Amino acid sequence: MAEAIRFLLGEELREVAIDDPTVTVLNYLRGRERRTGSKEGCAEGDCGACTVALGEVENGRLVYRAVNSCIQFLPTLHGKQLLTVEDLAGPEGKLHPVQRAMVDCHGSQCGFCTPGFVMSLFVMFHDGAPIDRARIDDALAGNLCRCTGYGPIIAAAERMRSAGTADRFSRNEKRIVDALEAMRSPAPTHAGERGYYAPRHVDELAELLLCHPDACILAGGTDVGLWVTKQHRRLDPVVYIGAVEELQRFDIREREIEIGAGVTYSRLFPIIAAEYPNFGEVLRRLGSAQIRNCGTMVGNIANGSPIGDSPPPLIALGARLVLRRGKDRREIPLEAFFIAYGKQDRRPGEFVESLLLPRRDPAWNLHCYKISKRFDQDITACLGAFNLKLAKGKVADIRICFGGMAATPKRALACEAALRGRPWIRETIIAGQAALARDYEPISDMRASRSYRARVAGNLLLKFWHETTEPHLETRVVGPRRAHG
Amino acid sequence: MADRRQGGVRHAIPHDSAAKHVSGRAIYIDDIPAPPGLLHLFAGKADRAHALIRRLDLARVREAPGVVAALTAADVPGVNDISPVGANDDPLFAEGEVQFHGQVLFVVAADSLDAARAAAGLAAVEYEDLPAILTIEQALAAKSFVLEPHVMRRGDVQAALAAAPHRLKGRIRMGGQDHFYLEGQVSLAIPQEDGDVLIHCSTQHPSEVQHGSARVLGRPDNAVTVEVRRMGGGFGGKETQAAQWAAIAALAAVKTGRAAKFRLERDDDMVMTGKRHAFLIDYDVGFDGSGRVLGIAFEQAAGCGYSADLSGPIADRAMFHADNGYYLENVTILSHRCKTHTASNTAFRGFGGPQGMVGIERVMDAIACHLGQDPLEVRKANLYGKDERNVTPYYQTVEDNILPEIFAGLEVSSGYAERRAAIRAYNAASPILKKGLALTPVKFGISFTNTPLNQAGALLHVYADGSVHLNHGGTEMGQGLFIKVAQVVAEELQVDLDRIKITATTTGKVPNTSATAASSGSDLNGMAAQAAAREIKRRLAAFASERYGVAPAEVQFLAGCVRVGGEEIAFPDLVKQAYLARVSLSATGFYATPKIHYDRDKAAGRPFYYFAYGAAVSEVLVDSLTGEYRVTRVDILHDVGRSLNPAIDLGQIEGGFIQGMGWLTSEELYWDEAGRLKTHAPSTYKIPTCGDRPEDFRIAIMPGNENREPTIFRSKAVGEPPLMLAISVFAALSDAIASTADYRLLPNLDAPATPERVLRAIEELCLRAVEPAARARAGE
Repeated sequence: MAEAIRFLLGEELREVAIDDPTVTVLNYLRGRERRTGSKEGCAEGDCGACTVALGEVENGRLVYRAVNSCIQFLPTLHGKQLLTVEDLAGPEGKLHPVQRAMVDCHGSQCGFCTPGFVMSLFVMFHDGAPIDRARIDDALAGNLCRCTGYGPIIAAAERMRSAGTADRFSRNEKRIVDALEAMRSPAPTHAGERGYYAPRHVDELAELLLCHPDACILAGGTDVGLWVTKQHRRLDPVVYIGAVEELQRFDIREREIEIGAGVTYSRLFPIIAAEYPNFGEVLRRLGSAQIRNCGTMVGNIANGSPIGDSPPPLIALGARLVLRRGKDRREIPLEAFFIAYGKQDRRPGEFVESLLLPRRDPAWNLHCYKISKRFDQDITACLGAFNLKLAKGKVADIRICFGGMAATPKRALACEAALRGRPWIRETIIAGQAALARDYEPISDMRASRSYRARVAGNLLLKFWHETTEPHLETRVVGPRRAHG
Repeated sequence: MADRRQGGVRHAIPHDSAAKHVSGRAIYIDDIPAPPGLLHLFAGKADRAHALIRRLDLARVREAPGVVAALTAADVPGVNDISPVGANDDPLFAEGEVQFHGQVLFVVAADSLDAARAAAGLAAVEYEDLPAILTIEQALAAKSFVLEPHVMRRGDVQAALAAAPHRLKGRIRMGGQDHFYLEGQVSLAIPQEDGDVLIHCSTQHPSEVQHGSARVLGRPDNAVTVEVRRMGGGFGGKETQAAQWAAIAALAAVKTGRAAKFRLERDDDMVMTGKRHAFLIDYDVGFDGSGRVLGIAFEQAAGCGYSADLSGPIADRAMFHADNGYYLENVTILSHRCKTHTASNTAFRGFGGPQGMVGIERVMDAIACHLGQDPLEVRKANLYGKDERNVTPYYQTVEDNILPEIFAGLEVSSGYAERRAAIRAYNAASPILKKGLALTPVKFGISFTNTPLNQAGALLHVYADGSVHLNHGGTEMGQGLFIKVAQVVAEELQVDLDRIKITATTTGKVPNTSATAASSGSDLNGMAAQAAAREIKRRLAAFASERYGVAPAEVQFLAGCVRVGGEEIAFPDLVKQAYLARVSLSATGFYATPKIHYDRDKAAGRPFYYFAYGAAVSEVLVDSLTGEYRVTRVDILHDVGRSLNPAIDLGQIEGGFIQGMGWLTSEELYWDEAGRLKTHAPSTYKIPTCGDRPEDFRIAIMPGNENREPTIFRSKAVGEPPLMLAISVFAALSDAIASTADYRLLPNLDAPATPERVLRAIEELCLRAVEPAARARAGE
């Protein structure tokens, strides 16, 4: 069994033994590599000062993604290229076009967030898509700057490709791809004092979890990472599912889409956004580019948060989960998975293998609303998902699910009952609002008060009604149907 | 001249560290290579808001693996206090009594941070709980104060109020603000011989860190040297509040003989350090039918936290700016400095000024709603005059008022009138989304109101090869001070900017400095550096005059060279000759701001050398069903005198505006009933992101306006004033909400205007609008 991982740091091969599988990439860089360009601003994947680029080969091409090195565990780098801010300038210190644009546009003041911005911009520089303000906002939502007010950084993003889209890395792409292909080897396993397993196939994973029913299952690490950096928990063993081939797939079938447990939000986004634009808008605002590049929808479900953004739309759509234990599989409605706060229907040794999302049915209409203090990269105070089937002006069927209103994502069954079969008119909505007040007993916390949550939930039902009955009305300040200044 | 010389004043030169920032080569304190044997420090914190410490047993902490020392108040050889104002109320380590949740009880020094953190959890602490005061309202009720109240008054307010045709009373609350500098508090202390210590500290105030640490160590100031090359942001949060961590690191270094680093993790930083003061402001205003204020009484209450820190001057500055840009003929301003069992609040960009201004801007909106006027007309009716109506409540004459010109320019360039009409029409037709618009001014007083602080020193060396070493007492926190001062020296010496080495601030080179604060950095240090450069020039000119036998007037410093009579000598050549002739090529420079004086007992004088002005127009789009909103357009016209560096100044204006917008919108501090701060990381505390920047953002520097006072190249301070331009966002939100009741009632909107507060204000307004009796009961 190999106990060292291999990856490229810049273009240099690194072989690093796994002794602590939860050492973060940032601590490795700043400590062992003495690369102090990447900064720790929060150690929870929210500020982006630690942003690095990970290169992976996909369909023969090198693809870069921005990730938060502060919550990424080092062993997950196996087989990838890691680029930090120190890698960008040329051999004689000639600044990369991204760096040049940042200097020319006065994009740094105190400079502490700057390496992270540079790396997020570097990834955008490489992705080939046209650059506009909306894309810049999305690409940089995970990078906080306290000095500039962002204007000069936006200007740098708009300017960085002015001298072309090629750089040292695109010119060397073949060499890097070859090096990464040559490194392709089974992910290492470490069964020593701190266990780390990175199985390649789902059957191996199933076996492994039978042996280690208490293992920490690690996917993107956007939540698990914080257990280490914030709660200082000692995770042992860690089972990483990012190398399990079968779990990285999604399968678009006639009636449903099967989403593997290892599929990241970034890969899923275009599919969901095409199928359900409102759900896509929720995902656009979920976390940040860095978080979506690592985080998985199934992880968001499996960890059972009452304020995860995926479950309410998924439950409103009638999504189902495939759970697996050893060779046994069972399929349950997603809503049945959430039993109570911190308690899910997952047995020892069992894991979520995939998520089954129904395809769009033209008879149904899904609208979603995420309420938070800040639009981008904020944890939800209240998220409402409404899925309506109208027939002859009446509610043929409706499924409503809220996050942030109870100890789990929870359907509004009383409200649904009050609406079902009724004419889709304001009087029905008023009755529905009264029923909705019986569905939930929200709490007060730092995100919102109980009364605001209750009030806004009722208002969202009203807004949903407006949107379904007055298609041209401006009803939102972000996303679809927003008014323009 | 400027054609050949690179980098004098007025040029939009990038930040001196820009290339290092973007390539990860700029060194912050945590990036300094670890000295051998480096110890890592971690604080053991109180988990009570207010309690007596009955027992603190660190036996298990000291036995834990990797632990080298565990320090408490008993280990302090000098004074266990770090108060910046001599109040003796800021213990380094809590002793006997805990006064806020997160206060330092002890500190563990260990071989690794993990070991220190793990050991800190092993302490046995027993408390006897005491009642905790957590809010301003509770403090007022309990008469719990850190300092005595203070009053400013002029005229006969009661008579004016009684005689006024209209009178309104109201109240506004505004929350505090975490600095959220991206680089948290950090100090690295390295022991020296004789028990001395060198501290690398991320601080805006190296001298205070030096003096405070020496006092803790029981040593003279000369035993401690404090150095800082740059901070990853400061914003006031590293003015006084860097000292505690530095002093503890110094103590650990001196005690153990090993280097010690104290870097606060983000959550600890937010829990343990003070913030912008929350304020509660009551007003009672009388006015005429045009909206002009005839008499006004303000009662301001500042939430100071558990100790005085800088709360005195901060609360004073809230009083100094209770007028903002408006003439208040009959006025009283009463200020309470409330003690709460929370972290001690401190300096934050604006230093009380923003809170004072929010108070009067609220009054302007209240008057406008009451009279059914456009708030802009009410604001214009109250602006300071030029030659009359130009004396502040503290009896300083406003000599440099340009707000009328700024208003006129901005009203036209922003299309205020047309947009006001368009917004009224939009709101009438849009049932769910509502737009709001507001123009608000800023008049900000420049100088430390504690007059002795308005001094600065610089040290300039010219080496024999003609290269220049520049040092001064100001610190670089990203604001571009170092490049501005270097531009001043380049301009004076007429040399290229790259000939000048910018160097770390250190108490070993320039002593007894004031904090880099109060927007004063370039005003003070620029003048001091200019004085040093002029002294060098004087000596070189005297030497050249004598050597070449020409009159002193015939020695001229031109771009890159010195003309002596008919001959041009390259700057390095002349320097070399002067060195060989045994001329001193090192000079200090010093500056003390003229004209200022203030008698605090009488609340009268000229505390400010001059004022900086600006105004902004903000437009917002509000969702009346959820309270969510966006800032869709902002127009700014701001006064920086004659800019030393327009790129740096624009960066301050834009960055300050967004930071102010965050304070008034999404940045909410939330404590639970036990006094625990629950918003202690970016996951829960929301500063603006890229997408929050207004889609349409137009910033202009007021053209052709040089400082009337002979400041450094007639520039003006720019660090703080733009933050307060963001009050226009708050006023625009209020305007959008007011539209739901036809602009006749002032919404009850407090800051930060989170979606929750906006929705609550809308619903409360709707209730009031349909219930005129309620208005009568409210005394309107």
